[in-house]
Amino acid sequence: MSTATSPLTEEKQHHGSHAHDLVGPFSWVATVDHKRIGILYLVTALFFFCVGGLEALVIRLQLARPNSTLVSAETFNQLFTMHGTTMIFLVVMPTLVGFGNYLVPLMIGARDMAFPRLNAMSYWLLPFGGFLLHFSVMAGGAPAGGWFAYAPLTETPFSSTQGTDYWVLALLVLGVGSVATAINFIATILTLRAPGMTMGRVPLFVWMTFVTSILVVLALPVLNASIVLLLVDRQLDAHVFLASGGGNAVLWQHFFWTFGHPEVYILALPAFGMISEIIPVFSRKPIYGHAFIAASTVAIAVLSFGVWAHHMFAVGLGHTADIFFAGGSMLIAIPTGVKIFNWIATMWGGSIRFTTAMLFATAFLVEFVIGGLSGITFAAAPIDWQVTDTYYVVAHFHYVAFGGTAFALLGGIYYWFPKMSGRCLSERLGKANFWLMVLGFNMTFFVQHFLGILGMPRRVFTYPDLPYWGVLNMVSTVGACLMGLAALLLVANLVFSLKRGRVAGDNPWDAWTLEWATTSPPPHDNFAEVPQVNGRRPLWDLAHAGAASEKHETDAKPKPERTFDKGAVAVWSFIASEAGFFVILIIAYVFFNFGTAGDAAGPSAATVLDVKKTGAFTACLFASSGTLWLSERSLHKKDHAAAFRWLVVTIALGGVFIVGQGSEYLGLFERGIGVSTNLFATTFFTLTGFHGLHVTVGLFALMITLGLMLPGDFRKRSPSLLRSVGLYWHFVDVVWLVVFSIVYLRIR
Amino acid sequence: MNAGPLGSTFDPHSPEALAISTLFVQTLVICGIIGAVVAGLVGTCIVRFREGKRPGEPVQNHGNRKLEITWTLIPLAIVIGLFVLTAHAMAASDPPANREPDIVVIGHQWWWEARYASGAVTANEIHVPVGKDLLLRIESADVIHDFWVPQLGRKVDAIPGHPSTIWMQADVAGTYLGACAEFCGAEHAWMRIVVVADSPADFDAWDRHQREPAQVGSVLTSEVVRGAIDFRNKTCVSCHAVGGVGDARVAPDLTHLAQRKTLGAGVLPNDPASLARWLREPQVVKPASHMPDLNLDDGEVNDLTAYLETLR
Repeated sequence: MSTATSPLTEEKQHHGSHAHDLVGPFSWVATVDHKRIGILYLVTALFFFCVGGLEALVIRLQLARPNSTLVSAETFNQLFTMHGTTMIFLVVMPTLVGFGNYLVPLMIGARDMAFPRLNAMSYWLLPFGGFLLHFSVMAGGAPAGGWFAYAPLTETPFSSTQGTDYWVLALLVLGVGSVATAINFIATILTLRAPGMTMGRVPLFVWMTFVTSILVVLALPVLNASIVLLLVDRQLDAHVFLASGGGNAVLWQHFFWTFGHPEVYILALPAFGMISEIIPVFSRKPIYGHAFIAASTVAIAVLSFGVWAHHMFAVGLGHTADIFFAGGSMLIAIPTGVKIFNWIATMWGGSIRFTTAMLFATAFLVEFVIGGLSGITFAAAPIDWQVTDTYYVVAHFHYVAFGGTAFALLGGIYYWFPKMSGRCLSERLGKANFWLMVLGFNMTFFVQHFLGILGMPRRVFTYPDLPYWGVLNMVSTVGACLMGLAALLLVANLVFSLKRGRVAGDNPWDAWTLEWATTSPPPHDNFAEVPQVNGRRPLWDLAHAGAASEKHETDAKPKPERTFDKGAVAVWSFIASEAGFFVILIIAYVFFNFGTAGDAAGPSAATVLDVKKTGAFTACLFASSGTLWLSERSLHKKDHAAAFRWLVVTIALGGVFIVGQGSEYLGLFERGIGVSTNLFATTFFTLTGFHGLHVTVGLFALMITLGLMLPGDFRKRSPSLLRSVGLYWHFVDVVWLVVFSIVYLRIR
Repeated sequence: MNAGPLGSTFDPHSPEALAISTLFVQTLVICGIIGAVVAGLVGTCIVRFREGKRPGEPVQNHGNRKLEITWTLIPLAIVIGLFVLTAHAMAASDPPANREPDIVVIGHQWWWEARYASGAVTANEIHVPVGKDLLLRIESADVIHDFWVPQLGRKVDAIPGHPSTIWMQADVAGTYLGACAEFCGAEHAWMRIVVVADSPADFDAWDRHQREPAQVGSVLTSEVVRGAIDFRNKTCVSCHAVGGVGDARVAPDLTHLAQRKTLGAGVLPNDPASLARWLREPQVVKPASHMPDLNLDDGEVNDLTAYLETLR
């Protein structure tokens, strides 16, 4: 479907009917409404926030006194592993996605997300992933290797329970959900904006969600590929990350932090977006330096892929690597600083109303700057050599993740709850919530800086009674209990205000973005009518019709923007994400087969692969791209019979490739070469096997397309399905071109 | 003489640690100024621009290009300055290795093995001569550990298949505390390090003594004799080396156990009562450690304790 039709009407006929017919709880299960899915995300995240918070409280109680025996070492290690994993993957990411789901379509004047059913699937993967993670408790013990799961500690010889396996499976499920959501956001933001809502005019929350989605699409597949390799080690007895078998433990860290550092910004950028919405509204001024905030976000996103090894200064990578990553990491301070100064400049000269939302946003500025500045001390590598892996780093990232992201989220809850529920949260409870949280948070985490400097490592289940360690830890624990109370107040406020809060009306804060132009809560299709958007603050423009204050942007007439096909946007995003996945598998193959790493003994590409035979079925695969192109061309010319025939040929050629690969595998198995034989075999089977899996999936997609070409209905729906599936098929062929060159032709 | 009970990063006792702590202080001063400026600006906003202080709608100001460039360039200048300081401190605090290591330190789940170039072998408690810059090679026997003594310099990971080196020099005689800093499994908390800096003469005496086999002969009571026999019969010897008795390397070398300050890498002080407890219920004292509970009866515990106490 094309965006030539109005984005405000096109989704209506698609999904409007199903969920509406159901009432009661089942309507929530069946819903594809972005607002309900957003609320489902938020409620699920709140539930896991309570779980992860309780885990944190037990951790703090255990550490309240030296030599404590409240919980065992093994329980403690499970607790902090679950706490970290839960807070990152089951709380912060879902909360940001939940707000994004609810707000992005409203803010850009759309009726829903680009792919409502995909959206529902993404959500349901969240409770499924959470269930898998927690099921480990019943299957012999929760994972206990930390959220970073450093190999070889997480390898079978050192973690023999199934906790790590469930951890991997849960993260795979959650990773697929996150990527699907990110693709959905990208497609929604690129293709469903209201008339006049150019990319330069989208609210900063939308912009940041857009940039974050690109990060998710590129970074999560890196994690997925890495944990797949870990799972291959654990389940198929390979040793990619086990030095004892020729593997490499440092490789895991490179892979993990290539994902892990962008992940930090995935957790932070949408929160920056919320701050960029809240501060202007309560300062009664437009956001200061809109373009600079937007551009600095892109700068952070780009830099985030080049600084991963600052998590690895203690590894001993050598000064060349350390100095490079120190410099890169310091650079991140600049775009971050630009944001801080613009937020303050927005407040400067304003007329600031300190609602609870604004209080949290203001506290965010201070707490996040503390976390950012301690981050600079980590960028200076020698300081990191001292205080990394101590409580100083625990303090640092909680100032960023809690004082930063969570404070922004709390502000966001107070700001947007009225829109979602129709009622305002109690400001009295809110202020108590705020002050208790600020006090508890700083008590808990500020003293941890000192503990780290005094030499207390992180992730210890207890500690000796050294001077000041006990008292500082006790202060921290008391602070954590205050945070627990503050969280209780929040839950109480949510429950109380849902029924008895002040009725909000459409726009309780006198805000300017489109979500406030509709009722609270909005109707199923969001807007009765969306006004033409002429600036960044549509409701301000409406109230000041004809006023000249937005002059400087209305003067420059925005060029008509390119419109995109949402299917094509989605497939291209998906291809980018799949490419990230294969890049990691290819790097693993190259690392162990082209360098000095790996084990020389045993089979290698040179000794066991039959280039000619594989070359033959490779030719079939490449030919299938050509026949698919012919099919697309025929369809374009409305020659349905020819299109059908060429598609059949394509599927047949793809089938030949799969059969050829199967026979190659069988030949290797017969010679006793399996996944665990050596590192060549492990990386060969993983790389080609995942490619084969993609070819198989592509074949199914082609067959479904073929099936849809049989009845007449498909022909009305334009060739976009074939084009989307075709893009994917060509991509799979390109991957094989790379794999064939590297593995079989051994081109370095 | 104690080098300060705090063991703080800001109380350096080696040239390497001093270079880092200097950089740390410089960076904190810079960051403190930036933090104060930001807090001051936010505070000013809170006080001056609160609702109701001025009538009417505030000026709708969208930005200022010059200001944006200013607050991009000033941080850039600060970052460049900090980068120069960092590069300088990096060279001073972590010079490259240029010879064979003086001590090879090997991380195990959950204890440290130290093997000196001289041939001395010990565990968890490392003696060094004051004023001499020693080169340490840090290795691992199983998972990733991290060797860290804050007052004596940087930490470095002990990674299987990826040895690293660090320099370590103690300026003042005394005891320096450290710990494993990389999460390494169940008993990560009890993988502590003690570095004892002796005068050169004391160190030489210690080093010579370490290379000699255990001297049991001087205190030969019947308990000690029975303990020595139990040490073999109860299979202790298949994991623990005792100079002249066995040379297993699975668990800490016990040749001069009685000289050390702690047991179980810091979990207990090293005194006869604690040693007896450690032998009786190692899985209660340090659960999941590789020291098995051998179900020793009181007599055996008593004898083994007596024997081990003679290992000076």
